[in-house]
Amino acid sequence: MVSKKNISITVNGEAKEAEVEPRMLLAHFLRDVVGLTGTHIGCDTTNCGACTVIMDGKAVKSCTILAVQANGRKILTIEGLSKGREKLHPVQQSFVDKHGLQCGYCTSGMILTSYWLLKNRKNVTEEEIRAAISGNLCRCTGYDNIVESIKDASKKMEEEGDPIEEHPEIKVRA
Amino acid sequence: MNPPTFEYFAPTGIDEVIDILAKYPGEAKILAGGQSIIPLLKSRISSIPYLVSLSEVKGLSYIDEGSEGVRIGAMTIDSDLENSDLVKKRFPILHDATEQLADPLVRNVGTIGGNLSHADPANDLPAVMIALGARFTLRGKGGSREVEAKDFFLDTFTTALEPEEVLTEINIPFWGKKSGGAYVKFKKNTWNFSVAAVAVQLELDGNRCRKAHIATTSVSPKSGRMEKAEKALIGAELNDHAISKAAAEVATSSEPVSDSYGPEEYKREILRRITREAINKALSRAGGN
Ligand SMILES: Cc1cc2nc3c(=O)[nH]c(=O)nc-3n(C[C@H](O)[C@H](O)[C@H](O)COP(=O)(O)OP(=O)(O)OC[C@H]3O[C@@H](n4cnc5c(N)ncnc54)[C@H](O)[C@@H]3O)c2cc1C
Ligand code: FES
Ligand code: FES
Repeated sequence: MVSKKNISITVNGEAKEAEVEPRMLLAHFLRDVVGLTGTHIGCDTTNCGACTVIMDGKAVKSCTILAVQANGRKILTIEGLSKGREKLHPVQQSFVDKHGLQCGYCTSGMILTSYWLLKNRKNVTEEEIRAAISGNLCRCTGYDNIVESIKDASKKMEEEGDPIEEHPEIKVRA
Repeated sequence: MNPPTFEYFAPTGIDEVIDILAKYPGEAKILAGGQSIIPLLKSRISSIPYLVSLSEVKGLSYIDEGSEGVRIGAMTIDSDLENSDLVKKRFPILHDATEQLADPLVRNVGTIGGNLSHADPANDLPAVMIALGARFTLRGKGGSREVEAKDFFLDTFTTALEPEEVLTEINIPFWGKKSGGAYVKFKKNTWNFSVAAVAVQLELDGNRCRKAHIATTSVSPKSGRMEKAEKALIGAELNDHAISKAAAEVATSSEPVSDSYGPEEYKREILRRITREAINKALSRAGGN
């Protein structure tokens, strides 16, 4: 018998504790244990980025991280971006305004990678945007509207700031 | 898919890590970033009964400048190397490689120690470390020993690491004043490994080449020095003739195989082209022209 492990992961500002098998993937922990299904599983082979979340301030692929590896760390999922507020997060709003999604399967990962980029870089160039999302695949949009959405989000975040800053328990260091 | 079951350990001390590795020789493996080992487990290509994580061991992630070189902790993630001003300034060849390695999300987790220890001939950092003449610190039961990068890679997925040893540090020596390097990688899209890549590090003496290290990625069972190509450069003036000769040597002495990345002949042609490009880039960074 393989011994289970007790872990505690801060998800969108709330501590989530569970006893898990060491082989459980972070994506499954978020979806099946915590019940947040906004984190998608696409390829399950570390290629598509549908499962992207932010861990301790860095965008990562949650299908390729064990839940036990995330023990004691802070995770931000798509649900955390506008948690506790009426309005969407500026990055989410930009994807709506600029038609940055069609089927939406890639969108939560795409938005979190964009958020991570924009927390790290001011005045992003198109080249930086395309490089940053190179690990996130979209089968619908052809990417151009995603790039436009991220440019727009960059402006919105400059003007409106990042509402997550108002919720220190959710804030991640980018 | 879930990986097969395994026991998981996350000790806080390096000696405990080594103790666990020694207790289950050959059955226990290190978990660093997991960006190679987790996909392998998920695909059920391998099963590993005991995984020992290095992530709770403090003090394995750093990039420190000393008087003779730069020391890098094995758990330093690729994106920290990519964003390091020190790396950009002293070893642009390593910046070239890390900014093109996998994708930004994998680079946020994958470590230099894992990239080297995995010894996949398609991994980018082995060739870069061989070209730079790096030395690795391996720590085991009886203490630490140093191994040169060129002697570390024994075969595909096989290194000089003993089952109970951990790679703890990578030590890159400074090269002379007029030196420079470049890594040129040819790949079709971000999420694929390269068709071929070449690492070149040069040192000049006036307008002649004093020292040259060349190594390749993806075109041999393991990364190693391309000594014939290096000979074509050493002592020579680095004009078009010498550069073409070295590029031809790299193309003929590599061992590419035909696969889904392309036929053998195509890979040799790519090698010829990217070697020329890498030498020219290294030369201009060395202040040659
Ligand atoms: C989609 C995708 C694309 C990729 N593309 C590239 C690419 O273009 N170029 C490239 O170079 N790599 C690429 N990789 C591989 C990636 O760089 C891995 O991160 C790297 O090969 C392993 O590093 P890790 O820290 O994740 O190691 P892990 O996966 O944790 O470990 C890998 C192996 O090394 C051993 N190990 C790890 N650390 C140590 C240590 N300190 N001492 C002893 N043994 C150790 C482990 O036991 C294991 O056998 C890609 C990976 C993916 C998923
Ligand atoms: S589901 Fe994780 S990268 Fe595709
Ligand atoms: S919107 Fe459908 S995959 Fe991106």
